[in-house]
Amino acid sequence: MVEKKTSPDISVLFAGKIHSPNPFWLASAPPTNCGEQVMRAFDAGWGGAVWKTLGEPITNVSSRYSSIDWNGQRMMGLNNIELITDRPLAVNLREISEVKKRYPRNTLIASLMVESKREAWHTIVQQAEDAGADGLELNFGCPHGMSERGMGSAVGQVPEYTEMITAWVKEKARTPVLVKLTPNISDIRVVARAAKRGGADGLSAINTINSITGIDLDTFVPRPNVDGRSSHGGYCGPAVKPIALNLVQQVQGDADANLPLSGIGGISDWRDAVEFLLLGCSNVQVCTAVMHYGYRIVDDMCDGLANWMREKGFGKICDFQGKSLERVQEWKHLNLNYKIVARIHEETCIGCELCYTACWDGAHQCIHLDRVGEGHSGNGRHATPAERENVSRQRIAMTPIPKLDHGSLRNGGAEPYATPLARIPRVDEDECVGCNLCSLVCPVDGCITMERVDKNIAAESWEQRVANSANPARKCD
Amino acid sequence: MSTAPKQEANPELVARFPEIHPPLTQVSALTEANRCLYCFDAPCIAACPTHIDVPRFIKKIAQGNLRGSALTILDANILGASCARVCPVDVLCEGACVMHRYNKQPIEIGLLQRHAMDAFLANGATIELESTETRQGRVACIGAGPASLAFAAELRRRGYGVTIFDSRPLPGGLNTYGVAEYKLRASDSLREIEMIRGMGVEFQFGERIESEEQLGRLEKEFDYVFLGIGLGVMRELQIPGCELAGVVDALKFIADYKTGGRLSVGKRVIVVGAGNTAIDAARAALRLGAEEVQMLYRRDEASISAFQFEYEYAKAEGVKFHWWTQPVAVLASEDGRKIRGIRCVRVESVGNGELKNVLGSEWDTACDMVIPAIGQSPLLEFLQACRGVKLENGRVAVDRATGQTSNAKYFAGGDCVNGGREVVDAVADGKRTAVSVVRFLEKKHG
Repeated sequence: MVEKKTSPDISVLFAGKIHSPNPFWLASAPPTNCGEQVMRAFDAGWGGAVWKTLGEPITNVSSRYSSIDWNGQRMMGLNNIELITDRPLAVNLREISEVKKRYPRNTLIASLMVESKREAWHTIVQQAEDAGADGLELNFGCPHGMSERGMGSAVGQVPEYTEMITAWVKEKARTPVLVKLTPNISDIRVVARAAKRGGADGLSAINTINSITGIDLDTFVPRPNVDGRSSHGGYCGPAVKPIALNLVQQVQGDADANLPLSGIGGISDWRDAVEFLLLGCSNVQVCTAVMHYGYRIVDDMCDGLANWMREKGFGKICDFQGKSLERVQEWKHLNLNYKIVARIHEETCIGCELCYTACWDGAHQCIHLDRVGEGHSGNGRHATPAERENVSRQRIAMTPIPKLDHGSLRNGGAEPYATPLARIPRVDEDECVGCNLCSLVCPVDGCITMERVDKNIAAESWEQRVANSANPARKCD
Repeated sequence: MSTAPKQEANPELVARFPEIHPPLTQVSALTEANRCLYCFDAPCIAACPTHIDVPRFIKKIAQGNLRGSALTILDANILGASCARVCPVDVLCEGACVMHRYNKQPIEIGLLQRHAMDAFLANGATIELESTETRQGRVACIGAGPASLAFAAELRRRGYGVTIFDSRPLPGGLNTYGVAEYKLRASDSLREIEMIRGMGVEFQFGERIESEEQLGRLEKEFDYVFLGIGLGVMRELQIPGCELAGVVDALKFIADYKTGGRLSVGKRVIVVGAGNTAIDAARAALRLGAEEVQMLYRRDEASISAFQFEYEYAKAEGVKFHWWTQPVAVLASEDGRKIRGIRCVRVESVGNGELKNVLGSEWDTACDMVIPAIGQSPLLEFLQACRGVKLENGRVAVDRATGQTSNAKYFAGGDCVNGGREVVDAVADGKRTAVSVVRFLEKKHG
């Protein structure tokens, strides 16, 4: 008899009202510019889409994007100076209505941005909901162009405006209202709290980060070049994910701010998505990865997420949503007595010695090349990297020619590992501070592991230590 | 004569000898450069006889600093452009790459080096000298091959005068005359040497230095003499018929097609020997139109002195190998002017490295050209007359660290010292020796 397997359920319910077949939505951006695109995206498997921001049509410039490549990889970070939709509102509304009719099971959110007038907001809310939007996302985050006209991040950077406009929208809206937060602010929680006070049903974070991606060294014009000039743009893509995760955690960790959150920022695959969900997001939004590779990437997002959930035994997304939040604490609560050291696994070491140079120049000088011979300089201290290089450069090397060498070039002793012992670094575990750097630079997965060595020491945080020293009676030494 | 004739690549030669390792494109060079791990005290540096700082020049390529990359290479190896093409990288830098232990292809160091050097040479190569003043002290080099070129360039960098003497009309020694054209074009070798000439190295061609009297003159005129004379002529077959016109030794055969414009070859070619030069000759014969190329070697496959990758290339191109086979006579045509075949005999090992013919095993095969490639003999006659410069096993004996011979006025490097290795070994010898000669010159002239 074949056992019936049940796949994990990856559908989500956002803010208690918005059903979506999976947690992957397209963010409001070029991939959601028109109905034809959104329908193809839904065909490809996207659970939802946030329509490119509706408002008074604008005129865009050319060019609009620039990117940061890193070590041969394209678009580690992407920057844009494109504004909201440049299509007539009526066309967008008609297409929203058509898409919603043809794809009733997929989520369609209308992103909105109009001038800061109550009537203008009431009108656009009514129009979007009449067209069939499942929810509204207030674009208080766009950092370029629109902010100069008092919209986008100009609203999102001022808590009072955010609260006021959110409240206006809530007066009219029948569907859930999400406020999209800008990261271009010193404390994102302040605006998140304002949105919550204004009555928002949910948040989206983060919008793009103010950026100048680079400057052409021949023309001296920053990118993207618009007829010899440029302007700061919004930065996104894999490069911003760590910043986004931090801001998401700040909002989710704040009782006055937290609301159902749609996570955004550099999400390129299912693993990125899971990280946002683990920090409490209810779903995620994706843009740059689609601009890079197309809608088809959603296939592995769903598949990878479901496989991971199956492996971990999670039946539903809410089973793990927010699971990592409690693991993020203030520094003062971290255990000062936790001690790990680096262990180099000789059998997989390839002898690149990157850990050695990183530890000497970038950390605490506790990795040495002294397994064979001249590990020490004359006076008993460890040889420095420069001294080691000097020794190597003084050696005379020759092209091995068996006929001429008669075996004299070969060194006699058998080596225990594939890499010559002299090239395998050694960790001085007494000196190692457990910083992780060597394991981060090591190109071989699993070659350097960090091992716990603090057996039988009670945990003590900085906060506890300060408290104990203020009250010596409680000390037990 | 102080100006070498400029040599443009012959179009037919270029067509017949397409490069075996075409250059990287800009994009593939960047991708490859970014793969380099940037090892500390990298094994590729240690494996290179000239200790080129490989990760450093590769990172400079990755970071768009091609001139800096080329100068990093040239700082260690003035013949970086030709070494990038001719080095047996499999047994040197690329063979030492840590990627081998990572289950990955090694970094294409040779091609990346070429990428940087080609850009440098294409942009009108100039090397700024460390010292703009001309310091007192002059040195002569005998032979204009890689060892002398490296030696001379290093001395010029430090402000000393150097003159290179060579009996042939073109500089470069084997780099110009002896390296297979599909690896290094003679025109590329000459272009590289133009850069060295631009540093102020002087050349005198067409005079063979061989007499006591000539050496005495050099000793008077120069503070020191560097011997970069390489090895001597190729060994002869010494079998009946070896004097026939269709018997051409491998180095002459290679020089003829590279610089002599002789782009013809027999239909059926026999190459005797299985070293790297033998393989170069066999593969060249195919490119020049030979229908069949057979190689004869008196031992087995495992004993050949050619690098494994060279042997594999030759096999792949259709060269046939006959093991345990020795030629006994070159057979002349009826009119006695041409070759009609070669008579061979099977040999077998009788231990202690000795071989003996297998009785009655003679066989003939038709051919119209025989190319012996059974090694070069040392320039013993010259060296024995050379002012008390001592020899060991037919090589010039030198102090390894300084390159000084038993005659304090003479230094030596390259094939005449190491018995015949690679271009990069000659460059390393020349450079190392120049550094020590500078110390002697400083002592002498202050």
